[in-house]
Amino acid sequence: MITIKDYALPDTLEEAYNLLNKKRSNTVLGGGAFLRLGSKKIGTAIDLSKLMLDAIEETDEFIEIGAMVTFRQVETDPVLKKFANGILSQAVKNIVGVQLRNIATVGATVYSRYGFSDFITALLALDTKVLLHKRGLMRLDEFLADGAKNDILVKVIINKTGRKAAFNMMRNSQSDYAILNVAVSRLADDWKVIIGARPHRAAIAYEASKYLSGSDLTGESVQQAATIASKELSFGTNIKGSREYRRKISTALVKRAVLEVLA
Amino acid sequence: MKISVTINNKPAEFDVMPDEYLADSLRRYGYLSIRKGCDTGSCGLCTVWLDDKPILSCSVLSMRAMGKQITTIEGVKEEAKECAQYLVGEGAEQCGFCSPGLIMTILAMKRELVNPTEQDIVHYLNGNLCRCTGYVGQLRAVKKYLGVE
Ligand SMILES: Cc1cc2nc3c(=O)[nH]c(=O)nc-3n(C[C@H](O)[C@H](O)[C@H](O)COP(=O)(O)OP(=O)(O)OC[C@H]3O[C@@H](n4cnc5c(N)ncnc54)[C@H](O)[C@@H]3O)c2cc1C
Repeated sequence: MITIKDYALPDTLEEAYNLLNKKRSNTVLGGGAFLRLGSKKIGTAIDLSKLMLDAIEETDEFIEIGAMVTFRQVETDPVLKKFANGILSQAVKNIVGVQLRNIATVGATVYSRYGFSDFITALLALDTKVLLHKRGLMRLDEFLADGAKNDILVKVIINKTGRKAAFNMMRNSQSDYAILNVAVSRLADDWKVIIGARPHRAAIAYEASKYLSGSDLTGESVQQAATIASKELSFGTNIKGSREYRRKISTALVKRAVLEVLA
Repeated sequence: MKISVTINNKPAEFDVMPDEYLADSLRRYGYLSIRKGCDTGSCGLCTVWLDDKPILSCSVLSMRAMGKQITTIEGVKEEAKECAQYLVGEGAEQCGFCSPGLIMTILAMKRELVNPTEQDIVHYLNGNLCRCTGYVGQLRAVKKYLGVE
């Protein structure tokens, strides 16, 4: 069980950032649903609710998703339901139930770089950057590799490049964590193949992506790309599934996602 | 810490701890329809509405309810009774422990979804677990209640 000594509702991001860095036990709150599963002793809980970070905004070039946007907003937003074949909405719609999706936030999920995340896998297949209060703009793949200590994720920014995309996953039951998830996207000859919940953090299968980008996209080459992806990334074992099982199903999920993009 | 809320359309003041979750505050203030089942955000038993949206009260800090409208099943009694009759009629209630949370989610769905399909219903109710009845009777009851063929 977590404990919280004080509760703050800062008026500006700078105030929130300074508070976060004042004491090691101070902690930013997203929806608070995941934090409660742990046992952190929090000094001051920093609630970002007053900072207007709860909107999804579309401009000519970008889609911007604020840190406090919930997964239910992502799931039901009319723009996201269509953008890139709706993969962001698709990716979050099986996360527990509608009640948890009304709580869990985008900022907390991306900042925490959870290995099991469905949302991060889908985001990585798009042309995504994250805006951090101190570090500024970072490409999502760089952020996933390096993280950004003691910072606050402000928003996620997706370039509207016009990618076609597909998301696939395997779960034991609808509201369980994914055993594996896959996202694939294509912009002209540029393909991206992403595999997440391995159970390690989502990663780009660079070799498979490169192979697809230069291939004739026949059934055989799609199969070959899926095999390359399953070999180039590492897989692990946890309660949800073994390394071998994950590797095996990755081929089927990647193949399916590529075929969906081609359809 | 004192927070002002509106609960079931009436203004109220709650005195809450910064690390208290809404399910605990509500039970402390006498809203005993709120059940704690899994206490990990997975079962849906503690569902209430916060500004008309169904949420898990076990997973939302009470401080987050500040200035907001909370609705518990006590606030939608008549509608809940009508819905419950359908569940009873289809033999979809046994111990009843999950019923308040389930009914709050069904009523939220009724407000949110227009002409839902069977698939939409199942998807919306995914976060409500019941360990007695199985879900077939519940689905029959909800379809009848919503007039879905
Ligand atoms: C029961 C349960 C089941 C789940 N199942 C799945 C699943 O199947 N698939 C899936 O993809 N996800 C799943 N999740 C995770 C969920 O989707 C969210 O990713 C998770 O709950 C975090 O969101 P939150 O808003 O609750 O975070 P919080 O608990 O508020 O915060 C989590 C962490 O992020 C930090 N943080 C919050 N906001 C920011 C910010 N803006 N900047 C910097 N740091 C920040 C907090 O300090 C904390 O360390 C599940 C969660 C729960 C509770």
